[in-house]
Amino acid sequence: MIELRNINKTFKVARRNAGFGEALKALFRKEYTYIHALKDVTFTIGDGEMVGYIGPNGAGKSSTIKIMSGILNPDSGECIINGLTPWKNRKEHVRNIGVVFGQRSQLWWDVPVIDSFELIRDIYKVDEAVYRRNLDELVEMLDLAEIMRTPARQLSLGQRMRCEIAASLLHDPKILFLDEPTIGLDAVSKIAVRNFIRRINNERKTTVILTTHDMQDIEALTERILLIGKGRILLDGSLSELKKRNSEYRTITLEYSCGEFEEIHGITKQSQINGHAVFSVDTNIITVSDAIAHLSKNADITDISVVGASAEEMVVSLYEEFKI
Amino acid sequence: MLYGKYFSIHLKSQMQYKTSFFLTALGQFLTSFSVYLSIYFMFERFNRVEGFTYTEVLLCFAVVLMAFSLAECFFRGFDTFPTIISNGEFDRMMVRPRSVIFQVLASKIEFSRIGRLLQAIIVFAYAIPASGISWTYDKIVTLLLMLISGITVFSGLFIIYASFAFFTIEGLEFMNIFTDGGREFGRYPLSIYGEGVLKFFTYVIPTALFQYYPFLYLIGRSDNLLYMFLPLVGMLFLIPCYCFWRFGLRHYKSTGS
Repeated sequence: MIELRNINKTFKVARRNAGFGEALKALFRKEYTYIHALKDVTFTIGDGEMVGYIGPNGAGKSSTIKIMSGILNPDSGECIINGLTPWKNRKEHVRNIGVVFGQRSQLWWDVPVIDSFELIRDIYKVDEAVYRRNLDELVEMLDLAEIMRTPARQLSLGQRMRCEIAASLLHDPKILFLDEPTIGLDAVSKIAVRNFIRRINNERKTTVILTTHDMQDIEALTERILLIGKGRILLDGSLSELKKRNSEYRTITLEYSCGEFEEIHGITKQSQINGHAVFSVDTNIITVSDAIAHLSKNADITDISVVGASAEEMVVSLYEEFKI
Repeated sequence: MLYGKYFSIHLKSQMQYKTSFFLTALGQFLTSFSVYLSIYFMFERFNRVEGFTYTEVLLCFAVVLMAFSLAECFFRGFDTFPTIISNGEFDRMMVRPRSVIFQVLASKIEFSRIGRLLQAIIVFAYAIPASGISWTYDKIVTLLLMLISGITVFSGLFIIYASFAFFTIEGLEFMNIFTDGGREFGRYPLSIYGEGVLKFFTYVIPTALFQYYPFLYLIGRSDNLLYMFLPLVGMLFLIPCYCFWRFGLRHYKSTGS
């Protein structure tokens, strides 16, 4: 159980203009600006939930993750995770969590992966039997058998990420924080990682908190979304609810051989090149069948597809709606 | 023990780059050898420096060199701490259930410092019999205390250096005045630099407590028993260093950078 109540965090940032003179001046007198990284952040995440934590860069995602993992203490507010305050009971708390920072490695670079795993086992004082069981399971699920004896520096990004995730689960954490776990991965690796995350959440009931910019991650994995912008939680709801909010829009994509299209109220043209045109239809104003009828009046259509809003578009419209 | 596990990982890692290891070790040996040469030529011209003989100075040099190289070998993690902060590795340490100071300590073990250590051992092997000191138990204890205290004081300096990185990672080179400077000054008994320097290295940075005063006792210039135990006082230096570390860590936890 994760509970955050009225978490506030302000950073003091030294500001200085460019140039040598300014740098010299900054030696003696610094000007500071205050950045409100988090404002009254409040949410609760139950055991076994899988939550997507999204927001643009600099919105406060990593600050929240840092607070929840005990790296940072907030200025005010309360955060109780499984009965512990992370920054006060750091050592006990981190035993129960696993953290994957997508952009940084936790493996020792020059030694085989298995050596890193064994050191992590000793750092967390994992019981040998538990370690064996977890290792066998993770090796099987993430298909690591062939790369266990390879030094981390020789792994591909996808292989390394699979090892990173395994490394953060060796000690049976109840909560897993994933900070951009699919960043830079190829399509196959992305799907492997996503499948694994879903499986671990289903089978072990591990609570998963996922920050990502990849909306396919969100679509494939999470039921619930937390949207943060400018340090505030703007939205806390399920993905399907969100979809409903955006359900009045449909995108119609056309292939045509000849003809003209005319925009009318409710139909907006988004692009048109070389016999390929995309329209956005507001179903509050015009039904999809009327729109198709209207578009096909003066043109010879060879192919057509109608889709609802993608997660990507939903997030863009959310960012626009909240002006972040 | 967990440190042993880290030790073997570092050993394995560094043995991946054997050439680099041997070249660095050789380089370490040669630099400190040049320092030895400078002492040698000095004594070619002058028989004594401030009343200290060649072999006495060598003994003093060996103590400082050995203490420094051992401290650098095992406390190297603090020396590279600004990088640990700036590349975010420190956040990783914070999410592991072990004390962070231990993890920083274990984050790096620099085996190539064996080059410098070897130099120190050779000089010791020559100076211990040649110095004309009659090695009674109290003298042996004094020498050991000097070494242990030296390692402690240098480690303390590394910890202070690292703690500054919690506040800024720019311009930390000035700290080298105290770490490398302590080593360079330490090749001669500190009194030869004059009263002011000696006071500084007694009261501010206590290198004289393991290098100069017990050394006087060792070579029989003084029979003040207190001097023999001053290295123990020098070891207390670790306490303010640790406090400063805690202070820096608290700052880090509230700023995150």
